[in-house]
Amino acid sequence: MDLLTHSIGLSHYLIVGVVLFVCGVVCMTIKRNAVGVLMGIELVLNGANVNFIAFGSPQLAGGGSLGLDGQFIAIFVMVLAAAEAAVALAIALCFYHNHATIDVDRGNELNG
Amino acid sequence: MQAIHWDSFFFLFFALMTCVFAIAVVVSSNIVRMATYLVASLCGVAGLFFLAGAQFLGAMQLMLYVGGTVVLLVFGVMLTAKGPFVSMRSGGGQWIVALLVGGSLLAVLLQTVAVVQPIAKSRPVAEASADQPTTTQLGAGLVGVRTDQVGQGSGNGGQTSVYAGYLLPFEIISLHLLVVLVGAAFLARAKRRVAPREQGLEL
Amino acid sequence: MAQALIEKLDGWGFHWLAQQGWIVYLLIGLVQVALILALVMTCVAVYTWMERKISGRIQDRMGPTRVGGRFGWLQPAADGLKLLCKEDIVPAAADGLLFRVAPYLDFCAAFIPFLALPFAPGWVVQPLDTAVFFIVAIGGLEVLGVILAGYASGSKWSLYGAMREAAQVVSFEIPLGMCVVVPVLMAGTMNLTDIAEQQRGWLWNWNLVNPFALVTFVIYMVCATASANRAPFDLPEAESELVAGFMTEYSGFRWAMFFMAEYCAMFLLALLGAILFCGGWNGPVPIATWLGLAADPHHWTFLGFLGNCLGCTNLIIKGVLGVIFMMWLRWTLPRLRIDQVMTTCLKYCVPLASIMLIGTMATVFVVRGGLASPPPHKTEETPVKQRTESPLSLRERVRVRADGTHAIDSRLPSPPAPLPDGKGSLVTPVAQEGVS
Repeated sequence: MDLLTHSIGLSHYLIVGVVLFVCGVVCMTIKRNAVGVLMGIELVLNGANVNFIAFGSPQLAGGGSLGLDGQFIAIFVMVLAAAEAAVALAIALCFYHNHATIDVDRGNELNG
Repeated sequence: MQAIHWDSFFFLFFALMTCVFAIAVVVSSNIVRMATYLVASLCGVAGLFFLAGAQFLGAMQLMLYVGGTVVLLVFGVMLTAKGPFVSMRSGGGQWIVALLVGGSLLAVLLQTVAVVQPIAKSRPVAEASADQPTTTQLGAGLVGVRTDQVGQGSGNGGQTSVYAGYLLPFEIISLHLLVVLVGAAFLARAKRRVAPREQGLEL
Repeated sequence: MAQALIEKLDGWGFHWLAQQGWIVYLLIGLVQVALILALVMTCVAVYTWMERKISGRIQDRMGPTRVGGRFGWLQPAADGLKLLCKEDIVPAAADGLLFRVAPYLDFCAAFIPFLALPFAPGWVVQPLDTAVFFIVAIGGLEVLGVILAGYASGSKWSLYGAMREAAQVVSFEIPLGMCVVVPVLMAGTMNLTDIAEQQRGWLWNWNLVNPFALVTFVIYMVCATASANRAPFDLPEAESELVAGFMTEYSGFRWAMFFMAEYCAMFLLALLGAILFCGGWNGPVPIATWLGLAADPHHWTFLGFLGNCLGCTNLIIKGVLGVIFMMWLRWTLPRLRIDQVMTTCLKYCVPLASIMLIGTMATVFVVRGGLASPPPHKTEETPVKQRTESPLSLRERVRVRADGTHAIDSRLPSPPAPLPDGKGSLVTPVAQEGVS
């Protein structure tokens, strides 16, 4: 009940960012579907955004906050993540056209 | 019993929503369910943004990620699925390696978070929430007028730091988006389908 | 408001309740949401009746005339009862969880924007400074509910309908967003309350008067119709072509949820258009001002409350007129093919909206002398008491303090002009500091 009675600080937000980041990394490593890997990438970028917003919030980070810089960086990260998701999905579609499957384990033509 | 901070309650709610659904994305094997869980997780992140005082960012997160990127992902799923409800499971060995990697990364990052000194809060949450930057302040910051930093006076005589705002990166990413539009449309154009290598009969 | 209520409770002796402030917040939130839900659900029920009556009259027939007297006004109740009593069918090939979740997701996405929509000055569940952006963003979530519904049904008709719907809604979000930026540009703020308050007064204060904004309003209505999947853009639920599109496998209450979501979305878009372009709760004639019912935001008066009721009614009438317009379109125009829908969006709406946006920028630049300048004061005919706190120009609002920081004052009232009989201002100016 300690969390409910005390105000939330910076480290709480950072923990959420960490969990998102790690989930994204595990998703990227474990998923065989290329679109699943893309979802992992989105989770990673969102974890980073949570970090930036937490550091940019004056009520959480107090005197050491990034101020509006955190929000600007988060804006840029969001836009670039959307752009990168579009290109990555186009690449996944190319992969599907060439291999007739979206399973990334099948992309082993360069092996050995 | 001490009074419950209602904003802590909402933070817990959104944080749990985010984390639980992010773990569900990893664990689930059905790709469309993964997309749904991702939507829920990103909505939780948007809620966290609103709570941290970034209203514009929260709305932007909802519009871009949930309304855009996830729809894109679902389109990708539809276009690349051979049959309904495809599910590809990874082997046990791969799961062990992935969990090892994830676990060690989690340990390292949590330790880093614990090291971050809690900076003394200058204002309690309730009154600081009245200072949420609106789009006016964000827009002003783009052109170089900052409301939250000391020593950025552009009206003073000799300025030590030249802060021109974030307008140039903004324009650059706009062009970047245009390039991405054209490039993705070109990459994903319809081409002649190649038969799969393993099954020679299926065309 | 919640803080004031907590203090009052403390004064009356409910100390434990006052300490647990969250209960008060929860109760207030629940009451507000219940009010909005009651309003929206009533309107949706009335719209189902109106749809059948209007379609009947346009098609030269009567519409419902039996249930509830000569005009069949109890028909929505009968429809609702029938839908509730229907058998709950889930197809065997359907993904159970997603099939059940999709209608509620769609309804949530259609209903949540009402929380940021003001019905009168001060009558908004959650006053957001980025209200316009929030509403447009959440409105874009409906497509997710539709895609899930189509995919989870496990039927090819549903999937076709869902994919077409997704393509259509996502494409029309672009011109819709651009149309919505035009009044934001004219008002200088994304706060819906401020945008409507700046259109206070006579008809010529409305944003529609600007010719670029007028064309933008037309484009907005077209995009809103397409966004809500109403004819002539209703290919995703085309009854004669795709059985029922993404709703094919849904029956009973789940189907009712989808239809409630559609009517909610139509109502929301009509209300948003009314606030952005048609003055919101300010009528074409300032009746509230004549009757002395204008509300003072700083202290509650019964007359102010009546004025707000009048404004709220005005806004709802405008929303209903917008919905009637969309219904009228449905039964007048034939359905567009999907490639025609895409052509309308990408070849007509997007370039037109861009040109209108540039034109509005030019208007604001020329007429007001700068993109960050305030709208002209329309205070000659209105007494000082209802003068809105219109924003000053960005240049005037940015002050350099002694330590070199900048401060943006969020809202400074204009210097009050003296009343005709020479008395001073009745409104005490409220200066709010921006982020320091």
